[in-house]
Amino acid sequence: MNTLLTRSKNLGQYGIFGAFVVICLGLAVINPQFMTVSNWTIIITQVSINALLAFGVTFVIITGGIDLSLGSMVAVTGVVAASLAHPDTYPVIVPIGVGVLSGVAMGALNGLVITKSKVPPFIVTLGMMTIGRGLALILSKGRPISNLSDSFNFIGGGSVLGIPFPILILVVFFILCTLLLKKTVLGRYIYAVGGNEQAATASGIRVNKVKMAVYTLCGGLAGLAGILLTARITTGQPNAGAGFELDAIAAAIIGGTSTSGGTGTMTGTLIGALLIGVISNGLDLLNVTSYYQQVVMGAIIIGAVVLDSWNQKK
Amino acid sequence: MTRQPDQLLQVRNLSKSFVGVKALDQVQLDLKKGEVHAVMGENGAGKSTFMKILMGLLSPDSGEIWLEGDVLKNADVNETLKRGISMIHQEMLVVPELTVAQNIFLGREKTNWLPFWLDDAHTNAQAEAILQQMGVDIAPTTLLKHLSVAEMQMVEIAKAISNNAKVIIMDEPTSAISDKEVATLFKIIKDLKQQGVGILYISHKMDEIFQISDTITVLRDGQYIGTKPASELDQPTLISMMVGREITNLFPEIVPSKGEVVLSVKRLTRQGVFSDITFEVRKGEVLGLAGLMGAGRTEVARAIFGLDRYDNGEIQLNGQTIRIHSPAEAIALGIGYVSEDRKGLGFIPAMTIQDNITLSSLSQHAKAGWVMTDREASVATHMMQNLRIKATGAAQKVSHLSGGNQQKVVIAKVLQAAPDVVILDEPTRGIDIGAKFEIYKLINDLTAQGIAVVMISSELPEILGLSHRILVLSKGKQTALLVREEATQDVIMKYAMQ
Repeated sequence: MNTLLTRSKNLGQYGIFGAFVVICLGLAVINPQFMTVSNWTIIITQVSINALLAFGVTFVIITGGIDLSLGSMVAVTGVVAASLAHPDTYPVIVPIGVGVLSGVAMGALNGLVITKSKVPPFIVTLGMMTIGRGLALILSKGRPISNLSDSFNFIGGGSVLGIPFPILILVVFFILCTLLLKKTVLGRYIYAVGGNEQAATASGIRVNKVKMAVYTLCGGLAGLAGILLTARITTGQPNAGAGFELDAIAAAIIGGTSTSGGTGTMTGTLIGALLIGVISNGLDLLNVTSYYQQVVMGAIIIGAVVLDSWNQKK
Repeated sequence: MTRQPDQLLQVRNLSKSFVGVKALDQVQLDLKKGEVHAVMGENGAGKSTFMKILMGLLSPDSGEIWLEGDVLKNADVNETLKRGISMIHQEMLVVPELTVAQNIFLGREKTNWLPFWLDDAHTNAQAEAILQQMGVDIAPTTLLKHLSVAEMQMVEIAKAISNNAKVIIMDEPTSAISDKEVATLFKIIKDLKQQGVGILYISHKMDEIFQISDTITVLRDGQYIGTKPASELDQPTLISMMVGREITNLFPEIVPSKGEVVLSVKRLTRQGVFSDITFEVRKGEVLGLAGLMGAGRTEVARAIFGLDRYDNGEIQLNGQTIRIHSPAEAIALGIGYVSEDRKGLGFIPAMTIQDNITLSSLSQHAKAGWVMTDREASVATHMMQNLRIKATGAAQKVSHLSGGNQQKVVIAKVLQAAPDVVILDEPTRGIDIGAKFEIYKLINDLTAQGIAVVMISSELPEILGLSHRILVLSKGKQTALLVREEATQDVIMKYAMQ
């Protein structure tokens, strides 16, 4: 009976993958344009930013936390990077490095407040969401920052061997995040903290360090996403990224990460992000207006969680 | 079936399977009015499935349940509650933020002439009347979260009484309450008997069963083994009915220890919780920590392990004075702690056996932050064999294991960190006789390897059967340090009540 349980649990993960495949096949039948290399390149490029954010928030959600400040961190890092990325000023590594570091710093601050004050992550990161948005507006004086160097814009628009650069970044960070979660001591501790925080403490795990690590990591990935976005739209927008946190959280949840912590995989999150991308792309191809797209997306989020809870009960 | 007026509850040939596994097979039960009927069996014997069916939480595959001569068919929880079957759950199903009275009448709220308008005064008065009738001193307006476990239990019983329960099922009601509170509970049970209420009583505690029950029904692996008056049974017979074989010597032989002192605690004090606790444990020695619930035993253990802070006193490990701020430090220094709260502090349910076993020693199986999976797997498999953990494999989730096997996983985790001293807090609570026996042997193995053991237990036979020396605590103070030869149940109780 126990192997049966494990099997049906695995089916839960295949379930979302199965749904993904079925939707793709369906769209391919309805619209032959869907299954073309060029269309998939568009989908994955568009998904890359949400996927990076979703990887970060997956770490956080597995520990039983949440990060609502992702979208604002995207804006701050975008503005910071853009202000350092004008042509003939600094080498391109500077805007990238400082941009990512500003995300890391905000994430670390989230982690610090959460671990020191014991205020719930929902509230701390809700506050950080507003602080971040304000910072982005202050740093940019409320105006978009344009005129960025070509080498910086290459991150968002260039390609290597015909593969768009954002896709390469996505693949590399998917592999890194998967390895971190599955193969390292920190990864194991992340699951342990979310699975039972008190037992993790009693097992000698320094829970606060683990939490610091995940929020910092999440901030760093948000910084990277911010740079990707800025380079793609070739502008640092203080209003960019609003609502991105919800798409990222949705991707993680659709991918089987439990909001109560302790379970989740990067593969699931990647599929969740791709599913969101495929559906909005597919609905575009079917000429469904974006109003309806939102309704469909919401239904899918709830459906995925219902499916998961049925699987859990079995 | 004929109508038998003094038969309260009759169960005939009840069977239930889960995915091909027979959880209950042709189970019988007769409960009379005013009878306390114990249902005994090891974990996995089918007791909880049985009770869930009686409560209407599960439906049986076949068989019949009769309540006062009427058949109960396809009854759900609401129906069974209405017909007079109530259950006092082991994990209190109460709403912490509501008052005592609100909890008692939850789902059957009292209203005034407007059928949706709550009548608090009436609710409180009725609750008060029931509590007074029970002889319990709890104010009906107290919030549930401010009550002790024993008081919550009283509220649940009051709820059953308010519901005119004819049958009350009690699932391990004494597992988390003190001896004094047990006495109160037993008095209430006797009152209920007088009023003709039938009680189905589930417990693992032998002495308690013989003290309170009139009749005993034994289940084993879902099979009905038999029903006998308690007066015709003795403990060894009952155990062999439950286990299916005879366990002659529950406790292994104690080998005298004459090693050097490993852990030494001097005048350890935490203000308002415990004070001036002083003891030593030697290599290969078991120090029993006896006392009533609330005497401060667990709190002392938590302070030594770094889960709580202490205000004064000194802890020495292998002759070195140490100051511990966190469990991480305690484990690194060589102190292991198996908590009484297995679910809360023991294991991570969603993780596998292997991941749980290596959790406290993971950095030893890792290089530069990378887990060496092969080494980890061999370590876990080795521990599983050593401790005879019954599972489908190291990849099985701990949440799917029986209580006894979960406990072994927790012990394996603690041992894997190679401790010099292990504190075992109620190591056999809630686990069945077979697994208890194995844990006793394991404690003996530990001392043979030179590990010092501090064992906290509320079961005096366990303390007497395993300890070299016994420290008795009462109300946060130590009242006696006994050597094995001078300790008896009476002597320990005398000091524990001091």
